Amino acid sequence: MTSGDRKRTWIGLAFVSPWLVGFAAFTLYPVCASVYFSFCDYDVLSPPVWIGLLNYQDMVSDSVFWKSVWNTLFFNLMALPLGLVSALVLALMLNQPVRMRGVFRAVYYLPSLVPAVASAMVWLWILNGRLGLLNQALMAVGIAHPPQWLGDPAWAKPSLALVSLWGCGNTVVIYLAALQGVPRSLLEAAMIDGASAWRRLIHVTLPAISPVIYFNLLIGIIGGLQVFTTAFVMGGAERSTLFYAIYIYQNAFEYRHMGYASAMAWILCLMILALTWLASRLSRSLVHYQGD
Amino acid sequence: MRIPAKVSIYVVLIAGAAMFALPFAWMVLTALRPLNQTLQQSHLWLPRRFEAPLEGRVQEVWPGPAVTEASVWALEQGAAQPVVLSEGSVRDGAWQPTAGAPLPVVILKRIPASVAAPWREISDLRGLTHDVVPDDAVRSQVVFRWENFPRAVRAMRHFPRYLANTLILCVLNVIGTVLSSAAVAYGFSRLEWRGRDHLFGLLLATMMIPFPVVMVPLYGLFRWLGWVGTLQPLWVGSFFASAFNVFLLRQFFRTIPKDLSEAARIDGCGEFRIFWQIILPLCRPALVVVALFTFLGAWNDFLGPLIYLTDEKDFTLALGLQAMKTSESGATEWHYLMAASTLVILPVITLFFVAQRSFIEGIALTGTKA
Repeated sequence: MTSGDRKRTWIGLAFVSPWLVGFAAFTLYPVCASVYFSFCDYDVLSPPVWIGLLNYQDMVSDSVFWKSVWNTLFFNLMALPLGLVSALVLALMLNQPVRMRGVFRAVYYLPSLVPAVASAMVWLWILNGRLGLLNQALMAVGIAHPPQWLGDPAWAKPSLALVSLWGCGNTVVIYLAALQGVPRSLLEAAMIDGASAWRRLIHVTLPAISPVIYFNLLIGIIGGLQVFTTAFVMGGAERSTLFYAIYIYQNAFEYRHMGYASAMAWILCLMILALTWLASRLSRSLVHYQGD
Repeated sequence: MRIPAKVSIYVVLIAGAAMFALPFAWMVLTALRPLNQTLQQSHLWLPRRFEAPLEGRVQEVWPGPAVTEASVWALEQGAAQPVVLSEGSVRDGAWQPTAGAPLPVVILKRIPASVAAPWREISDLRGLTHDVVPDDAVRSQVVFRWENFPRAVRAMRHFPRYLANTLILCVLNVIGTVLSSAAVAYGFSRLEWRGRDHLFGLLLATMMIPFPVVMVPLYGLFRWLGWVGTLQPLWVGSFFASAFNVFLLRQFFRTIPKDLSEAARIDGCGEFRIFWQIILPLCRPALVVVALFTFLGAWNDFLGPLIYLTDEKDFTLALGLQAMKTSESGATEWHYLMAASTLVILPVITLFFVAQRSFIEGIALTGTKA
């Protein structure tokens, strides 16, 4: 290593030093500590006590834990496809030569900027069983006993899926950017070959944007398993919207079972890894990268 | 495109846009209502003001439910407002007495102390000062209660403090994130050094770690530092660069020709000066995107303040709004809650319209570059 090399390395390290320090303090240490705590009885007030695999064993027999897993998966199975497909349909339509595209895009995008607490408040009001806008509208069209939404365990998760659908504008904009990058030449070639609009969509447009669909799916899975604020603020009846991240929070900061919370966090990490692996396997033949 | 296809696209787009905009409209309409017009099942689309002649002058009255049910919602605490008691309901924006009801409209001149608290009912009119006026003397007109906004601010008790805290966090997070992420991204993109790409791989890998994994040890760390209950846990970390922003800025920095830096180096320009005076000004659009999304992240953050801010006096707006959900009486004051929500949402929407291009490009960037 020449002295010039060494100097360059020092300069490089100097520039990335904020991240190095932050990585050590706010990532490396917490990750290691979290592994350790997950094998401990820990309440933050007194030092952690090693209990081996007990936290993980407790999880197996904790019915609330399983409820939170089920709630989270069920919610995502509903909300994720609903959001991805709706956003794609909206983006496909906005990608047509329509007037006032900017206005439409702004209207669809704005809700995704709304702070989660505020959107939770607005939807709590709209979904209010007796006074809410939605039920007043349903009663006005002759549905005498509309669902109680968050007050009804069976309807609470669909209610939250509706709220998350309202925030899909972010995804719409990502799709739209991808759609504008679909090579014109491909679409024109397909048109000359006499392909219908539907066939152009299936055989040209969708394959061309498949990496972005896949990206949105991954982001959706990773974010979806950690959903917190909306459900925490809106709170469906009978633990029907007790999601995994909420149960972790409750264990950590309400029951002070910090060791158990850490163990749950690691299981969450494994679930994310497993689901993203599954998604990558399933999508392998469906995602086309340009130049492949 | 064929005409039917075109029309159907517009129909779906407009219907969809209406659905997406409706929650905003309903929020603002509710914010402008008097309390009682949020508590009735009504088809009142616009907030109204009801008036009746009383003691020789026209005064505001509050329509209440039927006397025959011996109930009336006494309105806002301590309100010395006249109340309309009649058998009827608000329908299609107007006060409509029940058909065939023999009762005239009864107007209480003062709400007696016994019903001053919200949700209490009047069971007996005897002994109360009241006036009787004919149905058709009650008039209504559309009136927006703008005064709900200052009242909602007051109902949120420490609103100025919440706003100040939120703004402090936004500003510190923006400064910290932009400066540190730009420096780190520079080190990972515009400099060649041993081990660079390995470290960058490590940085990318940290993006995979879900927040709950580090949540408990971070809390322990900040507690040990004595920072729980202060704003520090919510901004100090931003000065140590966040992986995602580093990644985004690195992508941008790489597009600037190497020759530019080389020429500066030959002229004897130090590395920090090249970063500060040449590269950063060229990357303003990317820095604006990072700043915007950091600002939004800090403005919208809920979980962080929920964990670290323990005293109600030190909350941020997001937490303050959540705390407002249940008022002291236990009932939700929807008009104030919607007014406060509007106030929390308004800056975000304003920011969007001011910096629309950066937003759209930024979002597109995250989706297509990543």
